[in-house]
Amino acid sequence: MLVLLIDSANLPQVIHGPTSIFSPAGTPAHSIFSLSMLVLAVTFCVFLIVASLLTYAIIRFREGRYKGEAEEPPQIYGSNQIELSWTVIPILIVVMLFLASARVIFTTQDATKPASSLDVVVVGHQFWWEYRYPKYGIVTANELHVPVSDSKNPEPTFLTLTSADTDHSFWVPRLAGKTDLIPNRVNSMWIDPPDAGIYLGQCAQYCGVQHAKMLIRVYADTPSQFEQWIKDQQKPAVQDASKQEGREVFEHNACISCHTIQGTVATGTFGPNLTHLASRDTIASGSVPLNAKNLREFIDNPAHFKPGVLMPSMHLSNHDLDAVTAYLMSLK
Amino acid sequence: MATDASYGNALAGGAQTAPSRTALQIVHEWVTTVDHKKIGLMYIVSALLFLVVAGIEALLMRIQLAVPNNTAVSPEAFNRLFTMHGTTMVFFVGMPILFGFGNYLIPLMIGARDMAFPRLNAFSFWCTFFGGILLYLSYVAGSGLAGAGTAPDVGWWAYAPLTAAPFSPGHSTDYWTLSVLLSGISSIGSAINIVATVVSMRCPGMKLTRMPLLVWLYTVMSMLVFVTVSPLTAAQIMLMFDRYLGSHFFDTQAGGSAVLWMHFFWIFGHPEVYVLILPAFAFANEIIPVFSRKAIFGYPAMVAASVGIGFVSLSVWAHHMFTVGMSAGSNTFFVLATMAVGVPTGIKIFNWLATIWGGRIQFTTAMLFSIGFLFQFLVAGLTGIMLASAPFDWQLGNSYFVVAHFHYVLVGAILFMLFAAFYYWYPKMTGRMMSEKIGKWHFWLFLIGFHITFDLMHIPGILGMPRRIYTYEADRGWMIWNLIISGGAAIQAIATIVFVYNLVWSFFKGKVAGPDPWDAWTLEWAAASPPPPYNFPQTPVVESRRPLWDIKHPEDADAYYE
Repeated sequence: MLVLLIDSANLPQVIHGPTSIFSPAGTPAHSIFSLSMLVLAVTFCVFLIVASLLTYAIIRFREGRYKGEAEEPPQIYGSNQIELSWTVIPILIVVMLFLASARVIFTTQDATKPASSLDVVVVGHQFWWEYRYPKYGIVTANELHVPVSDSKNPEPTFLTLTSADTDHSFWVPRLAGKTDLIPNRVNSMWIDPPDAGIYLGQCAQYCGVQHAKMLIRVYADTPSQFEQWIKDQQKPAVQDASKQEGREVFEHNACISCHTIQGTVATGTFGPNLTHLASRDTIASGSVPLNAKNLREFIDNPAHFKPGVLMPSMHLSNHDLDAVTAYLMSLK
Repeated sequence: MATDASYGNALAGGAQTAPSRTALQIVHEWVTTVDHKKIGLMYIVSALLFLVVAGIEALLMRIQLAVPNNTAVSPEAFNRLFTMHGTTMVFFVGMPILFGFGNYLIPLMIGARDMAFPRLNAFSFWCTFFGGILLYLSYVAGSGLAGAGTAPDVGWWAYAPLTAAPFSPGHSTDYWTLSVLLSGISSIGSAINIVATVVSMRCPGMKLTRMPLLVWLYTVMSMLVFVTVSPLTAAQIMLMFDRYLGSHFFDTQAGGSAVLWMHFFWIFGHPEVYVLILPAFAFANEIIPVFSRKAIFGYPAMVAASVGIGFVSLSVWAHHMFTVGMSAGSNTFFVLATMAVGVPTGIKIFNWLATIWGGRIQFTTAMLFSIGFLFQFLVAGLTGIMLASAPFDWQLGNSYFVVAHFHYVLVGAILFMLFAAFYYWYPKMTGRMMSEKIGKWHFWLFLIGFHITFDLMHIPGILGMPRRIYTYEADRGWMIWNLIISGGAAIQAIATIVFVYNLVWSFFKGKVAGPDPWDAWTLEWAAASPPPPYNFPQTPVVESRRPLWDIKHPEDADAYYE
């Protein structure tokens, strides 16, 4: 099984990328990668053999070689031996590929969950991701933080997936295959990124107008980073007296019916939890970097970055916009 | 020996001088016709019109996707485009055009005077034609003209609960449901007709074991239509109940099941692929032998493989659902079932290869398209094996790799064989040859455009690009591929214009064909071109699978070997 030894690093650069399935990181993506190399090798051999035979036949038996012969070629109606052989060989290939696939299906889907694993509940919304950490009492959005996991300290993250509205699909190609989020149903999958860093992905099941910008960012943190992140997220929202005016704008508008800010009157759950909004790198489900300018633009006209977004424009005055932007930017 | 007289009469009974008629009379004749040939032609022409419309939709999508964060098309419009493109191509191009060729050819090939139920035949055609018109009416009438019209935007699978009233207000989804329902009624009607025709209308001597393979494949295809279009039709009615009568089959917010819709849809949707590809195989089975000048290799194996594909294809639907969270056991079953289809399919490819082997290949345009089909279907089958491996599908499913794979099937295999069928049977249908010179331009341009578009389309899928996104991020490395893919689409569009030009030009200026321009062997070539109403002045009698070969080669007749 030479192909199983192929390392992704040996593959040409052109098929690597931030979301390439051929740049695997972590156990599920790696086992799929090894299987895919086997399948590719087998199918490529089949292609080479059959395509060569076809090409040979087309060149060898072209009419031009028989100019002047009025006769029709000898008519051959079939041959049981030959037909039997090209029935049996494909059966053997199919059985081999089936067994190899079955092995990966069972080891991935029915993997035992170690005691050290982290549980995260992922809820798909039109058009953003909600992440809940039941053990830590944290609710956040769009940027999933998980610990790195290696063979010495395995700490895989088990995701429990469901949806609040339509079907979605969680796909971070470098970490694992995709699994759908379906309303009124609970699915699960697991990831174990071996290296710290950001892994990108996006919704892979058409879910409505803004399906395209339902991006995923997975932050694999070192153990100390992750611990710190948990501590920060567990704190109540920052209360900064100098941002009081913005807070009042927020609390006196419909913002609070959809968004939660821990420790305030804002307890809506239809939109992302904003308790630690300013600790995130991006807004609008990963489509733009978080900074005061983008945030102000987003609040003013949410459809500017994400046409079809369900958040309406509140038609705030410039003054109120500045105030509420400053308030939200203070929610570290 | 077959009676020479009957063929002789048919071969001689060529040109008829029609009395001059007013345009209204001609229209009246076509609208009220129950002649299988006229209905077949109407199927084909209406499908070609929808093909052009759905092709333009594809081009608009390729313009939008050529560069990241493009704003040529709005997200709403893009979602409608891919929904309409898919729905149109499957239900109002693929099915009708294949039924059109079947309608035209089956009675001729089995020596019958018409289909078994001529009026049902006309009903089926008008159902699908008005179904297509209804679908496009949604562009101006979806949510009322005040909303400037809204076409369906739920994707051609219309997954629940996106189709539920809260997520799809207005009537756009209803247009989709009702037009697909009409198409389903039409397909079931045509399928009944084909099976009844094959069972009861074969000419003397045309035993099942002597039927042309085309007729066999259309029979298997029609059987599949019975079994698979029915659940789709049922699901459409359930969806209407959900939307208007307060049922909750697919209403997840009231305990309904989104996965139930997926099962209903794909138990139709996957065999549907075989409903579309079996006629393509059927064309290949007729065209490849004639232009290789050899009988088809392994006729019984080809019949068995076709029937086998028909049966196995009924147990593979959930390979579209490897990511919805089925148990490991279920996933494993559907891996095995799906890969098993590769075996009878492989037999077919090998048998075509063996048919060519030892022949005298004539590179007519029809044969060139058939050769393209052989290579491209091989690739499509192999990428199918990759997707059948469930873990590989967890990565590739719903990515552009899948889009590339099924376009390899639908364009690289089915459309290529359709083009071949046009070049091959156009002389029979119109009495004139299509231009081979323009045909070769068409073939090479289309081949180049096809490969630029769909070979490269596999790559963004591998690089993580999901389907059905109206735009994409610039930092993913997808842009260069998408740009080239869009260029390839433009080349295909030009090739299609060349094809349409050839159809029209040849109709007026093409060389007069005569009854049997390809020196072929099946019964349709015994009738005049175009065949007179009721096809054969005298019912033919056959004694082998290739009745015309027997006449042309009495010293070496097939009848001795079968």
